[in-house]
Amino acid sequence: MTETAVAVPVAGRSLWEDAWARMKGNRAAVASTFYLALIVFACVVGPWLTPHGFSTIYQDYVRVPPSLSHYPKPPTIEKSLQAVASRARVELVDWKVEDGSIITKVGAAKPIDERVTRYFDRSSTFEGAAVVEKSSNGQELTIRAAIERHYFLFGTDNVGRDLLTRTLIAGRVSLSIGLLAGLVAVCIGVIYGATSGYLGGRIDEVMMRIVDILYSLPFIFFVIMLVVFFGRNFVLMFLAVGAVLWLDMARIVRGQTLSIKRHEFVQAADALGVSQAGILGRHIIPNTLGPVVVYMTLLVPQVIILESFLSFLGLGVQEPMSSWGVLISQGAKNIGTATWLLIFPSFFLTTTLFALNFIGDGLRDALDPKDR
Amino acid sequence: MKSVFRVLVASIALLFVTLGSASAEVVYNRGNSADPESLDPHKTSTVYEGHILRDLFEGLVMQDPKAELIPGAAESWTVSDDGKVYTFKLRGDGVWSNGDPVTAQDFVFSFQRLLDPATAAEYAGMLYPIKGAKEINDAATKASPDTLGVKAIDDKTLEVTLNAPTPYFLEMLTHMATYPVNKKNIEQFGADFIKPGNLVSNGSYTLAEFVPNDHIKLIKNPKFFDAANVQIDVVNYIPTEDRSAALKRYEAGELDSNDDLPTEQLEEIRAKFGDQVRIAPYLGTYYYTFKVDKKPWDDPKLRRAISLAIDRDFLAEKVWKNSMIPAYSFVPPGIEGYEPSVADYSEMPQIDREDEAKKILTELGYGPDKPLKMELRFNTSENHQNTAVAVQDMLKPLGVEVSLVNTDTKSHYGLLEQHGDYDVARAGWIADYKDPETFLRLLVTGDGSNYALYSNPEYDALMSKAAAEADPAKRSKLLSEAEAIFVRDTPYIPLLFYSFHNIVSPKLQGFENNVMDVHPTRFIKKTG
Amino acid sequence: MLNYVVRRLFSALPTLFLIVTISFFLMRLAPGGPFNQEKGLNPVVKANLERQYNLDAPLWKQYLDYLNGLLHGDLGPSYALPDFTVTELFKAGLPISLQLGASALVLALIIGGALGITAALRQNQTADYSVIAVATAGSTIPTFVIAPLLQLFFGLTLKLLPIGGWGGGDVSHKLMPIITLALPQIAIVARLMRGSMIESLRSHHIRTARALGLSDFSVVVKHALRGAVLPIVSYAGPAAAALLTGSIIVETIFQIPGVGRYFVEAALNRDYTLVMGTVVVIAVFTILFNLIVDILYGVLDPRVRYD
Repeated sequence: MTETAVAVPVAGRSLWEDAWARMKGNRAAVASTFYLALIVFACVVGPWLTPHGFSTIYQDYVRVPPSLSHYPKPPTIEKSLQAVASRARVELVDWKVEDGSIITKVGAAKPIDERVTRYFDRSSTFEGAAVVEKSSNGQELTIRAAIERHYFLFGTDNVGRDLLTRTLIAGRVSLSIGLLAGLVAVCIGVIYGATSGYLGGRIDEVMMRIVDILYSLPFIFFVIMLVVFFGRNFVLMFLAVGAVLWLDMARIVRGQTLSIKRHEFVQAADALGVSQAGILGRHIIPNTLGPVVVYMTLLVPQVIILESFLSFLGLGVQEPMSSWGVLISQGAKNIGTATWLLIFPSFFLTTTLFALNFIGDGLRDALDPKDR
Repeated sequence: MKSVFRVLVASIALLFVTLGSASAEVVYNRGNSADPESLDPHKTSTVYEGHILRDLFEGLVMQDPKAELIPGAAESWTVSDDGKVYTFKLRGDGVWSNGDPVTAQDFVFSFQRLLDPATAAEYAGMLYPIKGAKEINDAATKASPDTLGVKAIDDKTLEVTLNAPTPYFLEMLTHMATYPVNKKNIEQFGADFIKPGNLVSNGSYTLAEFVPNDHIKLIKNPKFFDAANVQIDVVNYIPTEDRSAALKRYEAGELDSNDDLPTEQLEEIRAKFGDQVRIAPYLGTYYYTFKVDKKPWDDPKLRRAISLAIDRDFLAEKVWKNSMIPAYSFVPPGIEGYEPSVADYSEMPQIDREDEAKKILTELGYGPDKPLKMELRFNTSENHQNTAVAVQDMLKPLGVEVSLVNTDTKSHYGLLEQHGDYDVARAGWIADYKDPETFLRLLVTGDGSNYALYSNPEYDALMSKAAAEADPAKRSKLLSEAEAIFVRDTPYIPLLFYSFHNIVSPKLQGFENNVMDVHPTRFIKKTG
Repeated sequence: MLNYVVRRLFSALPTLFLIVTISFFLMRLAPGGPFNQEKGLNPVVKANLERQYNLDAPLWKQYLDYLNGLLHGDLGPSYALPDFTVTELFKAGLPISLQLGASALVLALIIGGALGITAALRQNQTADYSVIAVATAGSTIPTFVIAPLLQLFFGLTLKLLPIGGWGGGDVSHKLMPIITLALPQIAIVARLMRGSMIESLRSHHIRTARALGLSDFSVVVKHALRGAVLPIVSYAGPAAAALLTGSIIVETIFQIPGVGRYFVEAALNRDYTLVMGTVVVIAVFTILFNLIVDILYGVLDPRVRYD
């Protein structure tokens, strides 16, 4: 069936059209595709839409739980006020809240510098602080400041950054790492496997022997060495990880190639004098794409999980960037005390991997000719 | 089915064992963040080994529950008038666990062994104040071990001659590297003398089991001179690398104490465990070092500006959840007789500090069109990372563009040691003994830990003058002057002083907070 | 057959040699060394240490010395734990990792296999979907999340099992680590089993067998399973090699004195000899299990021959 698709490209439905039609029938796969698209969209666009920067630290909101209503909550206003006063080295005499603003009186043993308002502005609870009234000896000031409202739908992390924004940013990193490493692995694997299978004989034997040796190398050791070498550049590192993950791909593609090679259309092309590279590029590689695509949807989750493993070891992406793996490994250490740090990133990671898995299964079923 | 049955049998058996043993012996399960690198006192370097070795061995002097100096294997000592000759009188009832008496010759042998280049002791430096020690340790000089200024006058009298009066010499002798080992024991077993069953020690406990990454079991030494007052029969040192898991084990009663806590959860932990959580300052400084021979970091004014702009209160309160203390000097407070030189801005409000920092940066020509770029390196750890992230955020309003680079510990210190290329890097220093010298020597030209590559003749001169000074008060003043130069030049930014984070079961008594965080088991009691 | 095994084992030697060589030099290229730490060493002390560990010799000489030691079965002393030789560390830790890994693997094959077969027999029914969902979840939740959750639940809430430690090998200490190790494997085995079982059930000889009136049970067990088990075998080989040599996550969180942690710790500590020891052990396991897989293939699939 496969060969008809390529040899007679114009006749009837192509393999891909066929597959697409069947894919549409698989509800889990379709839903997963939509979900994945949604996640990708959220991670790409989301960080621009949230009101917080992914690296902005809200000093007054360290480890606050997720909430649908805005911060500050009334009891915390006094706490932040006290924090401001102690930083400014003044005493809090009196304070009250009036339509979204706070009016507070502070005192000290010496005349107070009016620059204390800056401490209010700096605090993530207040803004636009101004002196309303000053006692004659300058030892008491009345200050009015607007209360800043913040929403932290997912809560904040251990240094006071918005977890929602960070989860989305982390998604960008995790997904692109997965995609990048996956692509590198697929490219190397396909070219290597197809070449090996097509050329056959001695060359094939040697090339596969190399794969065998690389297989026996302890993978994690290499990854750790890569982190040590490329620690400063995560993209480079994952290109390298991709360069290690191609072994399975090469074996799969080689197997495919061996069977495709025996078909008449390849022999025909050969007889017509098409170059070996031409045959590989035009006939063999396109015909191996089915399993390759399926494998790729499984490889991306594998890379994302690997990245989370590295994060557990403290070898994840550099701050202030983040990845789902980094967030989850931080969250895992806070189970029971700040559980939201684990729940939200885990939800994103798990559902995304779920979706990728279902898409992979769907594609496999759709591309499997035996299934008709 | 079979396995269910086995679980049942096992738990019943376990129940009987526990019941049986509860009345017979007192067992203390002690969490210790890491396994020891070695139990050979001459090959150790970490504080985790220190805890175990203090139980196994008895040096000339030891520390009590408050980390005050007390007699150990020596019952008394005298110091010559010039402060250079120490004569130790060993206690008459001091014996090794094999019954042999502990003699002055044992100490001569042990000190020579520590300094022998072939031993390759990391802490050989603990004996460098002794005459001839440094030369013997340096293989290149081929100095004979007999030239060491340590002599056995008789079986129980040890005479030690120093290069210069070293008021902290006795404090140095509390360090585990100076503990004695048994010569016969080493001759009999060679490198294996340290294995359970082989090891002969002279401390309050003897080594019963050592399963790496699982536990180290010590049992009470009945031959120890003060054995009558040792209350705990068995100590199990349990390595607890994962702090969260260790806390759960503590909560479940599997550990009686642990020497670390997941600091990010401190507030919740404090709320839950109350005064079982023991956090108090000890002698250690968390700092950032500049590479002062690299432009633009060679300018002390610029270094001051960066130091000014870092809000240490936020780091201590929020990032470290009050488990650390803001630092404005290099030597932490808490060393008797020494007054640290504190930076002039320690009492200045943060806003003024920032204004001054801004002024300096503007004067030096940095501004929006010429931002200052700074690469901040730290070794991988969640807390170091949070600190660096916060510092990055604090310097942003000043127009300093901080990039963070985190590498694994070995790469990090490898780079620092080889004087690689960096702007600012994290480091920390924990006191080996209770004296300002243990900190201030880091900035002497050419010291192995002088990561800043700081070199100031004035500073070096003060330090060597202090080393030769016999009068403690005058010496202390000289050191304080040296520290004042440090503060002025800011080759390091001291950020925080360390605290220990212990969690201790109410069942334990005698586990007292102290600035060295030492808790010899022989002084601890366990009830219930 | 014996001939084949011997030949394979001999051909593994050059592979092992290459792996040792690559790892040795890669490790030495890494920045930092075993003696870099927060407290810098003074140069005299550092020189003493390097002399002691033969690190002052030229690299090629160190390499030859290492190979020589290896040929005599000497893996050298550990740098980070100088009281032990690398061989001693493996002697103490490997049996523990082997026990946990083997139990997890057996558990995964039995439970995962059963789940997979159930799902395949009830394809596109509720049972099938729930197996898929559970299996996917199992393989997507990281172990370092599962482990603390188990500790919280069985250790602190129910107070049924000890939270950590090896307890001298007591069964109660093994349960949680084994479950944590097995869960992701169960998931993967179940998925593989389902896929290959479905394929196998569709094949001609199964249809023929059914048409001949053989009972469902006998069809499943005798015929379909035999064909379906091949992908599991080829998965289980490398998986076994990985499981048996320990897991750093499980061993750190549950404080198990196995060898899984050595790999990462030793690499990060630049404990050169321990890293090399781990590389050799893992490579030997991998080669061995690949061989076992190939032999099993021959037993299960009559088309494969050894010549």
